[in-house]
Amino acid sequence: MSKEELISRELLAGREYAGIDRIEGPLAYIRKTHPVGYRELVECIDREGNIRTGLVLDTSDEVVVVQIFEGTSGLTLPDTRMRFMGEPLSIGVSEAMLGRVFNGLGKPIDGGAAPPTDDILNVNGLPINPTAREYPRDFIQTGISIIDGMTTLIRGQKLPIFSGNGLPHNELAAQIARQAKIIGDNSNFAVVFAAMGVKHDVARYFIDSFEETGVIGNVALFLSLADDPSIERTITPRTALTLAEHLAFNKGMHVLVIMTDMTNYCESLREISTLRGEIPSRKGYPGYLYSDLAEIYERSGMLKGIGGSITQLPILTMPNDDISHPVPDLSGYITEGQIVFEREMNGRGIYPPVAGLPSLSRLMKDGIGEGMTREDHPHLSNQLFAAYSYVKDVRNLASVIGEEELTPLDHQYIEFGEFFEKSFVHQDSHEDRTIEETLDIGWQALSKLPVEELHRVTEDEIDEYYDR
Amino acid sequence: MTDRIIGQVSRVNGPVIEATDITDAMMMELVRIGYGRLVGEIVKLAGSTAVIQVYEDTTGIRPGDNIFGSGMPLSVELGPGLIGTIYDGIQRPLEDLLEAGGEFIAKGVTKPALNRDKKWHFIPADGLEAGSMVEAGQSLGTIRETERVEHKVLVPYGKSGKLLELAAESDYTIAEKAAVIETGDGTFNMEFYHRWPIRNPRPVKERQALKLPLVTGQRVIDTLFPLAKGGTVAIPGGFGTGKTMTQHAVAKWCDADIIVYIGCGERGNEMTDVLMEFPDLIDPRTGASLMDRTILIANTSNMPVSAREASIYTGVTLAEYYRDQGYHVAIMADSTSRWAEALRELAGRMEEMPAEEGFPAYLPTRIAEFYERAGYMTVLDGSEGSVTIIGAVSPPGGDFSEPVTQHTKRFVRCFWGLDRQLANARHYPAISWLDSYSEYLDDVSGWWETHSGSAWLKNRSEMMELLQKEVRLQQVVKLVGPDALPDSQRFIIEVCTLFKNAFLQQNAFDDIDRYSSVEKQVRMMEIILLYSRRGTEAIRHGITLLKLRHMKVVQDITRMKLSIANDDMKAMDKLEARLVRAMDQLEKIYE
Repeated sequence: MSKEELISRELLAGREYAGIDRIEGPLAYIRKTHPVGYRELVECIDREGNIRTGLVLDTSDEVVVVQIFEGTSGLTLPDTRMRFMGEPLSIGVSEAMLGRVFNGLGKPIDGGAAPPTDDILNVNGLPINPTAREYPRDFIQTGISIIDGMTTLIRGQKLPIFSGNGLPHNELAAQIARQAKIIGDNSNFAVVFAAMGVKHDVARYFIDSFEETGVIGNVALFLSLADDPSIERTITPRTALTLAEHLAFNKGMHVLVIMTDMTNYCESLREISTLRGEIPSRKGYPGYLYSDLAEIYERSGMLKGIGGSITQLPILTMPNDDISHPVPDLSGYITEGQIVFEREMNGRGIYPPVAGLPSLSRLMKDGIGEGMTREDHPHLSNQLFAAYSYVKDVRNLASVIGEEELTPLDHQYIEFGEFFEKSFVHQDSHEDRTIEETLDIGWQALSKLPVEELHRVTEDEIDEYYDR
Repeated sequence: MTDRIIGQVSRVNGPVIEATDITDAMMMELVRIGYGRLVGEIVKLAGSTAVIQVYEDTTGIRPGDNIFGSGMPLSVELGPGLIGTIYDGIQRPLEDLLEAGGEFIAKGVTKPALNRDKKWHFIPADGLEAGSMVEAGQSLGTIRETERVEHKVLVPYGKSGKLLELAAESDYTIAEKAAVIETGDGTFNMEFYHRWPIRNPRPVKERQALKLPLVTGQRVIDTLFPLAKGGTVAIPGGFGTGKTMTQHAVAKWCDADIIVYIGCGERGNEMTDVLMEFPDLIDPRTGASLMDRTILIANTSNMPVSAREASIYTGVTLAEYYRDQGYHVAIMADSTSRWAEALRELAGRMEEMPAEEGFPAYLPTRIAEFYERAGYMTVLDGSEGSVTIIGAVSPPGGDFSEPVTQHTKRFVRCFWGLDRQLANARHYPAISWLDSYSEYLDDVSGWWETHSGSAWLKNRSEMMELLQKEVRLQQVVKLVGPDALPDSQRFIIEVCTLFKNAFLQQNAFDDIDRYSSVEKQVRMMEIILLYSRRGTEAIRHGITLLKLRHMKVVQDITRMKLSIANDDMKAMDKLEARLVRAMDQLEKIYE
């Protein structure tokens, strides 16, 4: 940048305008400003002198569009002042933020003073250079069989929970946060929790759960709850991830980021997009929803030569339990697998109600097996998936022709399916199984089937574990 | 880069910038914007205004910022040093950026695509000397780029003429003088690299008919739905059905000379996976590392969306460059849907009228243009080379009726549809034998028959027919249960189950099974068909299905993909002999 440009930028930073021209939902329009930068931070001062935070969404010679995170209610056209800060939206970050509660913009709301900051970072972050990434392969034991055994969570992974209203996704997320550990590794960890548009009692549930296990001192909470302005939700995950990145990549911590509920986030984006009259794609969501979600989900992983990691556990509720809805669908294309809940299993009292077949962990192939979990794990999980998939076919058949008409082999499959769901999938929300226990229960389930049916395990594994 | 100012920014809306006071600009010209010198491209000109799409994050750009012209379209550098490198969508070398800018890709950091310091050993071509006439596309000599790739230094297009000077055998950097050519319009100092605009296909002498298969080592592909060298194929599938896994498997084991892998709007870790894995994998045909034939283009989903749009063209241009040297190149584009979505996003920002689902009306044209850059060609110097395009498609909700899948289907001749049910049962590759097709079957059957006997096409048809029959039988089973079927029909289901488990399903992580040689595939199919034919015969003679199913040899057939090595045809013969013996015995008992 030339010297004149620098000086002109510095002089213009902080310039303030009295009066705005138009307000529409969370958007404010101002004419005749100096050249304002795209995505520049704006302070919006209302009649009472309170400062709200805004961001420039569109800038041109004629008009600047500013999105106000705290909402525009109470603003008047002539008495509102806008101060353009000449810099992008940033937050101060530090380890001292652990144990504290913030709003979606990173301002403390627990009554305490603002924590000291080590660094001030742009909330939008920057894309990680793929060559700088370390491929994640450390197995995280969650103590939950269906996850450890079948959709293994890996440190640095982004693994969302696709749930529905009324299903126990919060319990599962809290249980994972409570029990997750790397075998033989007790290095420092932290949890960053971002709530977008969830109810107060949901936030309370998580806080209680963290307090109960005594980890609350390692948790930073960013709450933008259901009664906060919906627009604030669009920045909440970015603020939370900015802190997570600082803790992971500057402080070498292992950070678990829980974000709930991503569907609310996407709805806020849709709201802004509609207000601006953008061309919608599916179900009115903006065409850039994929890129926008990717900017969030891709802020996870590990870097070469740097100790820390970010593991993401986003929760999203599928509207009407529809997995092809744009939000779960686009998420599934970005994240490294998904844990899918099934209402029918929940109805039968199975916890966690994870549907085995559509659930998937893309990173498990490199994180399981000899030296990581146990040598039979890859084949075992593969065999369980195959057999369970056949169970579904047999059940469909049984519902047509009646269970009595099934062949003896099919009866064995039904028995296997029952055992698998009741003993392998189902467990208590405080039960913490080791990976060996999980795999052994898996073999017990397989032992309900004749040995000729097991195509995907080796003969050695059958000798070692089958029907012990 | 010149500092020629050609206009000023008047509006910023995401990756799209409007500019005014444009003095001297051309369509698709590469421009730089603002103090950060962000890279952009002019996509619309109207009077003194222009619309520019920017390949970097536009945060902080203000109205009034200057726009600098370059006088040339967006181009890539072509020369030795491409192989084994990982680039972003506009050919910035990511490893060099890591060194220069740290773990995160900062704005405005630039590095030349090809290393300017590295020395290459150049050997001039025999018989060329000052005074020889040279044609565009002719090789002036070679550079050993990697263990397996001999890089030909080609006379750039439009530079035919009389050779005045040619570099002697020695070590050179790419920016040194390779030759001096007297062309029709003056003398041309040729370096070891040149530039080519990514949106223009490189010229060739003529297109050839496709006749060679691209052997991938994946049985369901090679045997059921073969792809030809120079062909095009789409792999559509919902998330989790294994598009990327299939692309990786083909990139690893296919018999192309060069692989260009484009990660277009996909996950960062997937590119890291390729980067970690490929250098250690050995190509079964040449014994060299797989990285010695691979170029990676990584434009992950969180990188700027316009660069995603460009990445596809960057990749195909690099592929064409190696084709022009007489190589067979395969491109994996994962995923073309993200590219189409980038088009949609940019079109939306430019407030263009949308057609289907918000996509611009020119989507089919763009898809067609891209796939038409594939082909088996006689290149300018008379040798033969090919570009094969393997494009993944990510239909929203796994619904194949959406615009990108539908338009892609119009322009490709081979279709590997991935099936959610198969993926759920962890049957990989989850290529559905019902939805998929290949129009290259007749083109490549000649090659197969010379390599593996005349029965290949017949065997394949027999197997496909059984699979089709099985679908109908399964429908009956779903209604009335398997007991209602006679043994002869239940045996068809039995054979198909065996075929699915023993043949179609392939374990990408098993050291033997991840790649099947042509010979092994042929023998496997023959053995399964033998079981089918003899079994049908036996049932006709009154032998029960249960007896057939419980033969020990059937277990061994199921495991032959894992237990018998790719070159161990003796073991296959033995297995076949055992099957014949077992069948003979069974029939003897019942005589």
